[in-house]
Amino acid sequence: MSLAVLPAAPDARLRLGLRAGLGLFILLLAVMPLLNLLPVSHPLHVSDFLVSITGKWICYAILALSLDLAWGYAGILSLGHGAFFALGGYAMGMHLMRLIGPRGSYGHPILPDFMVFLGYQELPWYWLGFDSFPFAMLMVLLVPGTLALVVGWLSFRSRITGVYLSILTQAMTFALMLAFFRNDMGFGGNNGFTDFKELLGQPLNTTAMRSGLFYASLLALVLSFLLCLRITRSKYGRVLTAIRDAESRVRFLGYDTTRHKLFAFVLSAMLAGVAGALYVPQVGIINPGEFSPANSIEAVIWVAVGGRGTLVGAVLGAFTVNGLKTWLTSAAPDLWLFVLGGLFVLVTLFLPKGLIGLAKGRTK
Amino acid sequence: MSGGRRLYLDGVSVVFDGFRALNNLSLIVEPGELRSVIGPNGAGKTTMMDVITGKTRPTQGTVNFGEIDLTRMDEAGIANLGIGRKFQKPTMFDALTVFENMELALKAPRGPIACLRWKLTGGARAQIEQTLEEIGLQERAQDLAGILSHGQRQWLEIGMLLMQDPELLLVDEPVAGMTDAETEQTAALLVRIAGRRSVVVVEHDLEFVRALGRRVTVLCDGSVLSEGSIDHVQNDPRVIEVYLGR
Ligand SMILES: Nc1ncnc2c1ncn2[C@@H]1O[C@H](COP(=O)(O)OP(=O)(O)O)[C@@H](O)[C@H]1O
Ligand SMILES: [Mg+2]
Repeated sequence: MSLAVLPAAPDARLRLGLRAGLGLFILLLAVMPLLNLLPVSHPLHVSDFLVSITGKWICYAILALSLDLAWGYAGILSLGHGAFFALGGYAMGMHLMRLIGPRGSYGHPILPDFMVFLGYQELPWYWLGFDSFPFAMLMVLLVPGTLALVVGWLSFRSRITGVYLSILTQAMTFALMLAFFRNDMGFGGNNGFTDFKELLGQPLNTTAMRSGLFYASLLALVLSFLLCLRITRSKYGRVLTAIRDAESRVRFLGYDTTRHKLFAFVLSAMLAGVAGALYVPQVGIINPGEFSPANSIEAVIWVAVGGRGTLVGAVLGAFTVNGLKTWLTSAAPDLWLFVLGGLFVLVTLFLPKGLIGLAKGRTK
Repeated sequence: MSGGRRLYLDGVSVVFDGFRALNNLSLIVEPGELRSVIGPNGAGKTTMMDVITGKTRPTQGTVNFGEIDLTRMDEAGIANLGIGRKFQKPTMFDALTVFENMELALKAPRGPIACLRWKLTGGARAQIEQTLEEIGLQERAQDLAGILSHGQRQWLEIGMLLMQDPELLLVDEPVAGMTDAETEQTAALLVRIAGRRSVVVVEHDLEFVRALGRRVTVLCDGSVLSEGSIDHVQNDPRVIEVYLGR
């Protein structure tokens, strides 16, 4: 009997439908900067605000994807993914700071303003190389990746899992936040980095640059999705799922689960770093607040709301929850945290498979 | 089987909070041998398998497979040496299909990159389908493992064990939840497997052990009470006392 000729299960059809929906959605996003060019009076005109906020959400969607890979597939519930996002952002921020050059308020040829203000005489060694774009991009991957490698190795090797791992990762992002708040760390302390001028030789404050960053993020989202899809549909993806559901059993089949989890965790951290790096030039600032534990928890809620272990759900969740947040924070700012908490409770209790699960329920 | 490795346990004790689950246990399983292990509940049969497969570290004693000291290795390392295990409570991956469970068990490079690059070749597929047929699950290949009945789960786990192509199989209570016909089939399968590989079967069902018809070890309170043919141990007064006296 050939297995290939079996009819596609309803599940597979649904998955196909969801992917088609996602493709359409990406297309929709792709025309937004074009519609922004239409005159304001035109009915299809998309406002600057909407384009710029959508650009941010695209970065959040990449972060959600990365978290889904770690949590939804490998079962690593990281409550510190915001730290990887922030580190990617800081690496990009350092590059942008170096590119300011003598245009800072103090006019120092090399040192960023905050260093002049704090009385630095020369650039700290760990700032060297960040004037180069390729080097900075490498750091966007390597810094979060290395942190994930160290934290992951220490915990997976000691078989720290479940809630203990979640607490550990949460402590990690909290500790980083405190560290980055300190002025003597050399990362601008409280204020972080801002007043960026240019990237790749182009000024940041032009429509062309904004569209460029938007499309770069969209491309990164598509590539991240395809990468995650490739991973999760491979036998490696099935090993991760097996580890998520019965890690000890996987070991008895001869898989070194520490290595498998580490591989997924590091990859996921790197994706989160890319998301952060694309986010920073679009919002024009990075500060220690990005390490706030609440950010990491929010990312978990996006994935939970969308439906974990589905990839499409992560993207869906990032856009819906952030859409809701933007709308609510202007309509009823005091309510947002309650709504977010309530949303999480509701989804956990009634929609364990998230919005995607809702769609699944309908096709059956 | 020439070139096979013998399993050698000597003076093995496992102490949980002062309780001796294994007490100075010694056991040798020759290459190609089929050995049945019986004993009352709590005798330490599962603990013995835990010690061999690296799940539990012995408090003292020697556990060797050929020349290799198993007490220094982790579960994955021991599995890759060629020691496969079927658990007393069948455990598999419920979110994966029967076929995917078999594919994960199939002997192949186990690293992340190798798994990422893995392509199911015709040969591997044929091997999986053939084993599925042998365990009677070919019709269920595309079903999620989570929806199988208890007996089918037993079969699937035996199938997964076969896919690993181990040199030594540790089979913990394989026929619990099986019909009489299935029990007979399982006995026949294990007898067929042995010879090419060593097999250690833990079982309560004495009829099943009789059907296997090989050397039997009786465990009680963590050590060997009696060893020999099924007739020998069934007539051993100490065994009778343990089985009937309780
Ligand atoms: N992890 C453990 N911690 C404490 N006691 C255990 C543990 N594992 C097994 N035991 C005890 O060891 C004894 C032997 O158990 P087990 O090997 O499962 O017996 P069997 O498989 O022969 O029924 C039992 O009394 C059991 O309660
Ligand atoms: Mg047992």
